[in-house]
Order: sequence, then structure tokens, then C-alpha cells
Amino acid sequence: MLAYLIRRLFAAAVMLVVIILVVFSIFFLVPKWAGVDIATSFVGKQADPHAVAAVREKLGLSDPIFIQVWHFFKGIFVGRTYSAGGDVTHCAAPCFGYSFRSEQSVWPVLTDRFPVTLGLALGAAVLWLVFGVAAGVLSALKRGTIWDRSAMVIALGGVSLPIYFTGLLSLAIFSYGLNWINGQYVPLDQSFSGWLGGMILPWITLAFLYAAMYARITRATMLEILGEDYIRTARAKGLKEQVVIGKHAMRSTMTPILTMLGMDLGALIGGAILTETTFSLPGLGQAVLTAIKNQDLPIILGVTLITSLAVLLANLVVDILYAVIDPRVRLS
Amino acid sequence: MTELSKSGAAVGEPTDASPAPTAFLEVRDLKVHFPTDDGLVKSVDGLSFSLEKGKTLGIVGESGSGKSVTSLGIMGLHTAGQYGKRKAQISGEIWLDGTELLSADPDHVRKLRGRQMSMIFQDPLSALHPYYTIGAQIVEAYRIHHDVDKKTARRRAVEMLDRVGIPQPDKRVDSYPHEFSGGMRQRAMIAMSLVNNPELLIADEPTTALDVTVQAQILDLIRDLQKEFGSAVIVITHDLGVVAELADDILVMYGGRCVERGPAEDVFYQPRHPYTWGLLGSMPRLDREQQDRLIPVKGSPPSLINIPSGCAFNPRCPYADLPKDNVTRTVRPELAEVGTRHWAACHLGKEQRERIWTEEIAPKL
Repeated sequence: MLAYLIRRLFAAAVMLVVIILVVFSIFFLVPKWAGVDIATSFVGKQADPHAVAAVREKLGLSDPIFIQVWHFFKGIFVGRTYSAGGDVTHCAAPCFGYSFRSEQSVWPVLTDRFPVTLGLALGAAVLWLVFGVAAGVLSALKRGTIWDRSAMVIALGGVSLPIYFTGLLSLAIFSYGLNWINGQYVPLDQSFSGWLGGMILPWITLAFLYAAMYARITRATMLEILGEDYIRTARAKGLKEQVVIGKHAMRSTMTPILTMLGMDLGALIGGAILTETTFSLPGLGQAVLTAIKNQDLPIILGVTLITSLAVLLANLVVDILYAVIDPRVRLS
Repeated sequence: MTELSKSGAAVGEPTDASPAPTAFLEVRDLKVHFPTDDGLVKSVDGLSFSLEKGKTLGIVGESGSGKSVTSLGIMGLHTAGQYGKRKAQISGEIWLDGTELLSADPDHVRKLRGRQMSMIFQDPLSALHPYYTIGAQIVEAYRIHHDVDKKTARRRAVEMLDRVGIPQPDKRVDSYPHEFSGGMRQRAMIAMSLVNNPELLIADEPTTALDVTVQAQILDLIRDLQKEFGSAVIVITHDLGVVAELADDILVMYGGRCVERGPAEDVFYQPRHPYTWGLLGSMPRLDREQQDRLIPVKGSPPSLINIPSGCAFNPRCPYADLPKDNVTRTVRPELAEVGTRHWAACHLGKEQRERIWTEEIAPKL
């Protein structure tokens, strides 16, 4: 078990380094090869050639590729110093550079917005796990009945309706129509109830989509597991049906759900762009959307790396949980 | 126990519905039907037999003859855990030690499962939960029916693993099923089935998934354990070699019904049903030299939705045209006595069958 853990951690670390290198190359080197001058894009279209040259020097854009990669890589772990002539800027670790537009350091932007997205993703995940899995299990146990059919029709709706539709609909009904909820986002450290009020609709909207997917996968898996021989064995022992389902069948059903959860959470932590935009949540998704519109490379790069890290961590956690749940994984 | 049961009548006479049987297990006119989109699947269609403690009944027949459905029916596993609209339709009577199971409270039957009656399944790899240790699964089986702490139950599990011949049982108790070999898994499965000293043990194809050398060991084990615990055993198999090894009595099933049953000796050496002849002819024998090719039973098993009218075996029976008036295709033959405690359901005359067996079939085997 320990060896498995160490192996997985090591693989994750290697993967992280590779991701940093590849992502940097994509965002800084591809424009270069494509003939787009990053320095000009930084300064503006009608730029003074001297200013462009100064920026190019300060950002080290004329350095050889591997030096640039190295500086970027070093910046993340120990910080780096930008200098052009007398103009010296020190960027402390973890340094992801400065926004081309606001000239803010990227790292504080990420740390400001990360909790919003994390709260959104985790809260929604709790909701969709509880309701999606419960609906899936009940549908499987009541297969073919009106309950099963209705649950699956609702799930089909959940999977098919886009967030900007369900999100706006929920805003129109609960916030503007019934006036139950003030849709404004309030940071958690200012007011817990305010935060809850701002998050509840995004959670429900996001969870509706995912709960639908989870209900479908849970139902299918549960039906498959219920046909397994070892479920029959559990009944043949004289176990109560609640234990047969709740213990023996659920444990096996959890495996694919966990796999999905790892991937979905990882991807969502990188920013739920549609949900955040619909509900004006100042999260990573919104930040990256703005950055893309403004060709703000360092922000895009920063968010991309955070997303990758989140996916990596989520998968690591899932792999470890996998080994806890399924003893057969521990061997391989 | 009565004088009669002591004398070991494992197969009782076919009985009409009359309560309180004397036999330990008595099945009367059991029917298990499954509704499907294509029609009603009559997996078991009127089966009766009885079994005493300490005796072994072998149920043989090809795939889809209703063997496993019968055993699951006795265990009450068709009704337990049935979800959705489609439910198995079960009728008849199953008397176990004076209790009729089909009309009993399902929770009462659940409490008998695993304790008074238990089951060994065909494929121990798929029949054991892959995520729990062997020990945990045996401990669970024990603690459902015994109010003991985990430590005591674990000691019991180790004891049982030792009893079924698993080396280093105190270590292997913490192994997972995938860490066991096929034979070891089946031993563990047997240990789990016997942990509560059941009075009725149903072994559903206990050796089919195992290789031949292990098969013999497992059969020996079942026989030894039966002697030790004095349980009634039902062995379900398509392998006549297995029943020859274990059974006191044999019940041959075809198309969800019993076509022949009687003491093992008689069914083997004086079979009185053409289907039994077919089964014996298709069995490889190593004790005979220079055997000609095996003789398969022609055709394929009957559809359980449209069971052939008359005798279910008539489309495959080489002697179907012998009885007069096309009776094999119109009238369903009832079980009739052909010897001491020996019944067969066939339209052929008794003497006719004796003659065909001694003159045509037996010499070729």
C-alpha cells in the first residue's frame, strides 16, 4: 500500500513538471513561431518601438527558448527578477508573471479567485452526489416502474439542458420573480449566510447537470452489480436486503462513481466558466474568460496550470481511494 | 425420526398436497415461471421430491433444465431482492423440517438462509465479493446468525478454513478472493456455507469451474463434511461423474420436470428413461477400453416458453414413434413406478424399455 502511494506521488510530481513545461511552451512559444509578437501585444498596437524593445528585454523574450522555460519554471518555485536597464522588478515565488492588462501579479489573482471556484465545485459536488446517487440507486431498485421512468426523464433533461438555460431560469424564478434569494456573491469571510445565499442557485444549477449524469451512471452500475453472483451469495447468507444493497452492492457501485467524481471535480476546480458567468461569480472561470478576451497570456497560463494541478490532485486522491476500496488495485 | 426415514428413503413417493410431511425436505409440485417479453418461461414446471438428513440427492440435467432455478427456489432467492415489475411466479410447496417456505414470512425464510440451509455456488470467484477478505465474508455469514463478537467469529472462520483444508488458515483468513487459487476459493466458499452447520446444503455445480484434479478433492471434502455434520445435501450438476461420486439418489430433469428418479445404483445401471440413456451415452468413461465415439443426445434443449406438447423430450427421442396413437406428442407422461423407489415418466411400456436398455443401449456403453 505504501509502495503504491509512493509510486503514485512520484508519478504525479513528474507529471506536474511535464505539464508546466508543455503549457509554457504552448502559450509562449507557439505565438512566437506563429509570428505574433508578445511584446507588441503587451504594449499595444500603436507602440513606441523603444517601449516594445524594453518589454521584450524585461520579459526575456529574446532569450533562447530553454532559458525562457527555465526562468518560468524557476519563477514558480523560487521567484524571479525581471530587469531592463534600471527598471528592476522582483517577483516572489510562486511567480506566474504579471497580467499584460492590469499589470497585477498573477498569483494573487489566482488565490483571490480560487476559493470562489473551489466553494462552487465542492458545494455542488456534495449536492449532486447525494441526490444523483440516491436517485440512481432508487431507480435501479424500482426498475421499470413510474418512479424509475420519471427519474430518468428528469435526468435526461438535466443532462440536455445547458447551464445558461437552467441557471438563468433559476435566477428568473427565485431571484427576480419570487425574490427569495439575493443573487449577489458575498465572500465567505464577510458573511456566511450571504455567501450561502449567493452560492445556493449556482450550486443547484451546476448540481442538476451533474446529478443527472451521476444518477444515470449509478443506475446502470447498480443494475449490473445486482446481477452479480456475489450479491446472490450475500442474500444466500441470510443478510437483510438493506445490508445486501447498502453494503455489498454499494461498495462496488462506488468505484465508477469515484472515477467520475475525480475527473469532474478536477475539471470544475479549473473554473466552471458557464456557471460563473451566468451568476457573476468572481471565480477562476470568469477570470480566464476575461483573460482570453484580452489576450492576457500570463493569466491564462496561470489558470491553466492551476486547473492541471487540480485535475492531477483529484486523480491522485481518486487513485488512493480506489486502492482503499478495491483490494485488487493494490497489487498492480 | 421415524423408522422409515432411518432406513434412508431419500426419494419419497410423489405425494398429493397433504400437510406435515415426515421427510426433512419435501418439495411438492414446485413451479417457477418467469414472465418475459417473449412469453412465460417455465423454468420449473411441477417438480416433487423429498430428501432425508444425511442423504445426498443428485439433480442432473443439461443447461436450462431447471436445476439451478430449483435450488434458488428452495433457498427463497427468487423472491428475495426482486426489484421492478417482473417477478418470478412460484407455486407449490417446499417443506423444510416442518415449515412450508413458500407461504412463510420472507423474513423468517431469510433467517433460515445461511443457517438451516445454505448453498455452494458454481464459480467461487464471482460468488465471493472481490472487495472483502475471505475472513470478513465468513465472519459476516457467522455473525448474521450468531450473536458473537468479531473475535469469536474470526476464530470460527479460521477453524472452518482449517477444516476445509486451507493451509495456514490464520494467515489466509485475511486474504482476498483474488489471492486464492480456484480450488482454494471453492474451499473457502464451502467453509462459508458450512460455518453455521446447516442441515441442508445445496451445491450448485460445485466443481464445474475447477480443474479435474481439484474436482475430486472438493467432492471428497463435501462427502466428508456431510458425514461429519449429517446434513442433507443436494448436488446439482450436469456431470454424471459427480453424482456417481456423491449421490444416494438421482433426479434427472428435463424441460423443467423430473423425467426419472430413483436410487443412484438403479438410475445408473437400470435407467428407464430415454433421456437418461442419452446422458449416460454422452458421458466419457475412462474405465472402459476402446470406447467408440461418445453418443450425444441429438437436438437441443427445449424452449422453456414453448415446451413441446406431450412428452417434452419427444422431438429428440429416438423411440418417440413406438407408442401408439401419437401419444408421445399429445399426452404428457406422468412419473410411474418402474422399480423399488424408482420412477420414470415415459410412454414406452415398462417391458419395452427394459428390453431396449438391455439389448440396444447397455452394450454400447
